[in-house]
Amino acid sequence: MTPRKVYLDNSATTQVDRKVLEAMLPYFSEEYGNPNSLHAWGREARKGVDNARSQVAQLIGAEPKEVIFTGGGSEADNLAIKGAAWALKDKGKHIITSSIEHHALLDTVKWLGKNGYDYTVLPVDETGMADPKELEAAIRPDTILTSIMYANNEIGTIEPVAELGEVCRRHGVLFHTDGVQATGHIKIDVKELPIDMMTMAAHKMYGPKGVGALYVRKGIKLIPVIHGGGQEFGVRSGTENTPGLIGFGMAAELAANRLASGEIDNEIRLRDRLIGGLTERIPEITLTGHRTKRLPYHASICVKYVEGEGMLLLMDAAGIGVSSGSACTSGSLEPSYVLLALGLDHPTAHGSVRMTLSKDTNDEDIDYVLEKFPPIVEKLRYLSPFYKKNQ
Amino acid sequence: MYSEKVVDYFMNPRNAGKLEDANAIGEVGNPKCGDVMKIYLKINDKEIIEDIKFETFGCAAAIATSSMITEMVKGKTITEALSINNKDVAEALGGLPPAKLHCSLLAQEGIEAAVADYFIRKTGRAPEGFRPAHSTCTACGGSCGGGAAVQAKEEEEEKFVSEDHRVAE
Repeated sequence: MTPRKVYLDNSATTQVDRKVLEAMLPYFSEEYGNPNSLHAWGREARKGVDNARSQVAQLIGAEPKEVIFTGGGSEADNLAIKGAAWALKDKGKHIITSSIEHHALLDTVKWLGKNGYDYTVLPVDETGMADPKELEAAIRPDTILTSIMYANNEIGTIEPVAELGEVCRRHGVLFHTDGVQATGHIKIDVKELPIDMMTMAAHKMYGPKGVGALYVRKGIKLIPVIHGGGQEFGVRSGTENTPGLIGFGMAAELAANRLASGEIDNEIRLRDRLIGGLTERIPEITLTGHRTKRLPYHASICVKYVEGEGMLLLMDAAGIGVSSGSACTSGSLEPSYVLLALGLDHPTAHGSVRMTLSKDTNDEDIDYVLEKFPPIVEKLRYLSPFYKKNQ
Repeated sequence: MYSEKVVDYFMNPRNAGKLEDANAIGEVGNPKCGDVMKIYLKINDKEIIEDIKFETFGCAAAIATSSMITEMVKGKTITEALSINNKDVAEALGGLPPAKLHCSLLAQEGIEAAVADYFIRKTGRAPEGFRPAHSTCTACGGSCGGGAAVQAKEEEEEKFVSEDHRVAE
């Protein structure tokens, strides 16, 4: 019998769905034409790209022309922030973001800050929520853009994007949201929401890596980050990654089906079984992020008295893949800035573990984790000078 | 990332736990940096380390280096124990990733602090050249602020992400 393997790091990346892979394969060596060519080979590839664009647009309720394919989520974030900042530089130079954004966002904003722009970083509460009132207070006459993520990768909290976007709309400020962790996992309809731009990444929803998209509401102008042949409506040049886009399209279609079928409810049930089971079995652990307003597949905890890397490696040895925001997993001595932004102290933040489920995670997987994890914590706590063994 | 030896010494820690009849204890590191090492020594009249145990809060490398140094100094005289430096520990473990070298320094400092404690208990003062335990945090290059400075720094917690910090998405 082969030992059980349970991959619970789906926030980092997901397994490519077999149907996605099958959809992609012909576009490597059969329909290999350049979608920009006029001949039959090119037309076939173009058909595939157009279809993929429609599939992604449909997932979020957008028009196909509002979807710009990119080489991943980070690139889409860069395009949204730099592209809008440059396009609006005569209107103002102030940008607002939050303290728990992904580096692709924060570092881009910081870079603009070194190049003539000004920015405000909004704090979040202990559950990781940004406050629309604080956003409103931070808006200045020269504010051009706000970017606050749809849901956070480390703590799973879903931000109040509708309220945040509404505030921006009232003040004539563009609103971008990094939807990398959320798209395909929760229902998002950009027609219903005051979102002007949204970042997506295929590999977080069972599609291939290196493929992303930026939703850009009709009428919003962006200055390109990549200049060249004028592909993607002139905003993102470069020959299309045809197989990748086809894969993204199929992943989006499958995600839309899952969201419509209610399959996601089972993921929530398993997530809550995991959180509840861990809390029951291990004393002195805390859930990070919001209890209910969180991603359906996301469980993140902090374990007192131990450091995250040790837990990660012992879990790995038991065949379970998880991640941690501890300093030791990052190569620096600071624990995750996201966890610190919640107001957690350093030792607690060093003990973080994130378990993110997939559509294929089942009850046996959760049983296995609930069986393996508590002794691992016990083992490391025994080694810890902070843990009082005879409590 | 880690050598087989590091993994072994982390998975199967040697000399872990408390030493009830210790006559010297050294604690180094800082919980803020994510590494704290506590070394318990039982030193006999001939100044030989008869028994040693450790408790460590930290990553796999910190636990492995603690584990390794306890093996290296057990049965040695104080002088021999002090001659073992962080490079020896790292070498004995088949090398450490560059970002984890500070853990081996922590191991060396843990022994130094415990030996200093032995002399403080015996003579009332630390021998020349010894740093008293808890006062420094050279293991992390002082980036945590070290000792008392940590408290002050905690007050003015930075609101923004450090330049070199990268986490998995």
